[in-house]
Amino acid sequence: MNVRDSGSLPVRIEQDVVLARQLARKLAGECGMRLVDLTKLVTAVSELARNTVVYGGGGDMDWQILDNYGRTGLRLLFRDEGPGIPDINLALTDGWTSGGGLGLGLTGARRLVDEFELDTAPGQGTRVTITRWA
Amino acid sequence: MAALQGSTLDAINSNQEQLLEQWIASLEANGATRNLKEQVLKQETREFLQLLSEGLQSGSGNSLAGAGWDAVRRFLEKLSSTRAQLGHDSHQTVYFIFALKGPLFALLQAHYRDDPATLAEQLWLISELLDSMGMHTIRTYQASRETVIRRQQEELLELSTPVVKLWDGVLALPLIGTLDSQRSQTVMESLLQRIVDTGSEIAIIDITGVPTVDTLVAQHLLKTVTAIRLMGADCIISGIRPQIAQTIVHLGLDLGTLTTKANLSDALKLALTRVGGDLGQRV
Repeated sequence: MNVRDSGSLPVRIEQDVVLARQLARKLAGECGMRLVDLTKLVTAVSELARNTVVYGGGGDMDWQILDNYGRTGLRLLFRDEGPGIPDINLALTDGWTSGGGLGLGLTGARRLVDEFELDTAPGQGTRVTITRWA
Repeated sequence: MAALQGSTLDAINSNQEQLLEQWIASLEANGATRNLKEQVLKQETREFLQLLSEGLQSGSGNSLAGAGWDAVRRFLEKLSSTRAQLGHDSHQTVYFIFALKGPLFALLQAHYRDDPATLAEQLWLISELLDSMGMHTIRTYQASRETVIRRQQEELLELSTPVVKLWDGVLALPLIGTLDSQRSQTVMESLLQRIVDTGSEIAIIDITGVPTVDTLVAQHLLKTVTAIRLMGADCIISGIRPQIAQTIVHLGLDLGTLTTKANLSDALKLALTRVGGDLGQRV
């Protein structure tokens, strides 16, 4: 698996969520994703970037365009130095929220992508990696 | 604190042409003259040097806040706003001042060749003065940019909520762009107000222009629809494109309580049957 291109985008304030979405849309377009896949990925990015801002207190989005034996994909890592998630199972339950949302952001994002990885611990910040193949 | 000597001032005044020439060359070398007419640049540099010399003569000291520097401050404020309009960035704008340092220092170095102590002192004073001018330029440049941004934000907020009347008793709200918390609040308020004002029974919210429907957007929509129903009216969401529909399903959003349509014309048709309007008879 080769990394064709990579970069990083700061996600600190709510306006950065829009920038993250636009960047993801552009990158997904470069990967040759169909409109449906692209829309799903961008929606997942919207959820995770907003979590980074709202719950993580701001962080970064690292992106990689991957080449895997002719398949192209986009891998995104959302990382923050926030309080972390105490109970991962609870956080991955539909309808549960620690804020005032619908409680579908994290679980919804997981269903919108091909690969989803959550790495977090209380006080250790949160890292969410998602991958979508074109 | 030591003051600038008359001798320094004389040196500047008697070497104006040389200073201007080197100054402009330095500006050009650093790309700070982009989009500027040569004539305008010449006039600006000459005017500034004149004002600088007058400022030094007035003996207001090195603090730009002094009354003797009023003209210089005004000049710099005008300069930063015209540069901002021309699309120059802050670096290019402030370089107008900093590019003068090189030629000016060279001049003083030659002038005080035999007196290193005075040279150091005078250089320090001039440097401090030019630095504070640079700071002032940056500050006003920043302020004028911020004013522009603030105005655009307010304009966007206004523009983003055009509630239009489609039929007797039918309102439509075409949403375009991003729905953040502040905007959706404005949207909801103006829609609810128009429902009261017009006594409408049905509001159509068209989301064709919303590129991403995530949980936050959905939450805002659900709240708006609930508020509309509490007022005794009903709401139809239109503009659900295929990719948005699939995304909503995967996201796990339950919009089953809402009436949704793929496009505005279907929504209008449904609204008309509900309010009893008949296109066939009226048109």
